[in-house]
Amino acid sequence: NSRGAASLLKDSIPITEFSASGPFEGHDLLRRGFSSVKSELLPSHPLELSEKNFQLNQDKTNFATLRNIQGIHAPLKLQMEFRAVKQVQRLPFLHSSNIALDTLRGDAECIGFEDILNDPSQSEVMGEPHMMMEYKLGLL
Amino acid sequence: PRPGSLPALCCRNSLLEAELVQKGLRLPAPRKTGTTIAGVVFKDGVVLGADTRATEGMVVADKNCSKIHFISPNIYCCGAGTAADTEMTTQLISSNLELHSLSTGRLPRVVTANRMLKQMLFRYQGYIGAALVLGGVDVTGPHLYSIYPHGSTDKLPYVTMGSGSLAAMAVFEDKYKSDMEEEEAKQLVRDAIAAGIYNDLGSGSNVDICVISKSKLDFLRPYDVANRKGDRFGRYKCEKGTTAVLTESVSLLEFEVVDETVQTMDTS
Repeated sequence: NSRGAASLLKDSIPITEFSASGPFEGHDLLRRGFSSVKSELLPSHPLELSEKNFQLNQDKTNFATLRNIQGIHAPLKLQMEFRAVKQVQRLPFLHSSNIALDTLRGDAECIGFEDILNDPSQSEVMGEPHMMMEYKLGLL
Repeated sequence: PRPGSLPALCCRNSLLEAELVQKGLRLPAPRKTGTTIAGVVFKDGVVLGADTRATEGMVVADKNCSKIHFISPNIYCCGAGTAADTEMTTQLISSNLELHSLSTGRLPRVVTANRMLKQMLFRYQGYIGAALVLGGVDVTGPHLYSIYPHGSTDKLPYVTMGSGSLAAMAVFEDKYKSDMEEEEAKQLVRDAIAAGIYNDLGSGSNVDICVISKSKLDFLRPYDVANRKGDRFGRYKCEKGTTAVLTESVSLLEFEVVDETVQTMDTS
């Protein structure tokens, strides 16, 4: 189901990239290579989809187990706490530490590739602050 | 871009590879360890052994690399497969185990390291090419595990991994006895790794041994230099005057000092 795969591949923010004009410049050529229909629809690495949804799938399994052992109240309470803690974020163009979310998940005591590679706090690019705020507030 | 994103550069890499294949070139080969690693449980602990050659295709990339990695003071891990993968995987697990042990307040157990490694390797479905021999001593005694790149593990009294594993396993199958003494166990592992070094192209150079027991840790590097480069017996340089000198003329080159700068070296 190619349409399904395409929607799974794209990340959440639907803004097209604010780049210069030119036949190739509307697309991050160095990082993504030439844009083609195939690269938009199919995953470029066999593990891409599985890694993208890894956290979600793990949470799903854990909550299902918890529900079977302790009853529906356990996952319900935890999900409520997760939701509450996810709302504490900085402005959209700044990186949030998510420290409460990490502690609840148990990630505060783990180190993984996401802490070493491609750390968002060390990113070389930043979104245009005013544009992002306007998009968030719905003024755009 | 989300943290730790895998496929960001995969598109570009596959495109580059397609371009190069068209021109008849090849992508550079990743450095593998094409190895012999082995481990044995003896009376008071475990002995881990490894050779020291790292290959990059058909060329030896490192004649004396260290394949026995630190996981925790009482747990060490030998790695075969892609050198970067084994190095990074063991470092990641070592960090996680340290955090875990600080959180529990206890000495880490070998079975914990095993569980963390197999869960991580299974998550990446064999794309992380790391075949490991994990050994250590904890409160429950000495343990030895072998871990395959896809995430399966075996708990055994003697294990071998790598391209020279068959040669080393042949030696183990012949001479292994349960409850050996330390010296006997060290000699057995040395013999097994030497079998791998002499009979496998991907293994070579020296034998490194790591003995882990409850009271002590011995890291012997190198334990045995199995392949010594040939020693030269004499000076092969020619003395001045070996070739007859027919004529000699000396001409001075005139240099003009244009500029002089003094740069102090930081020798602190």
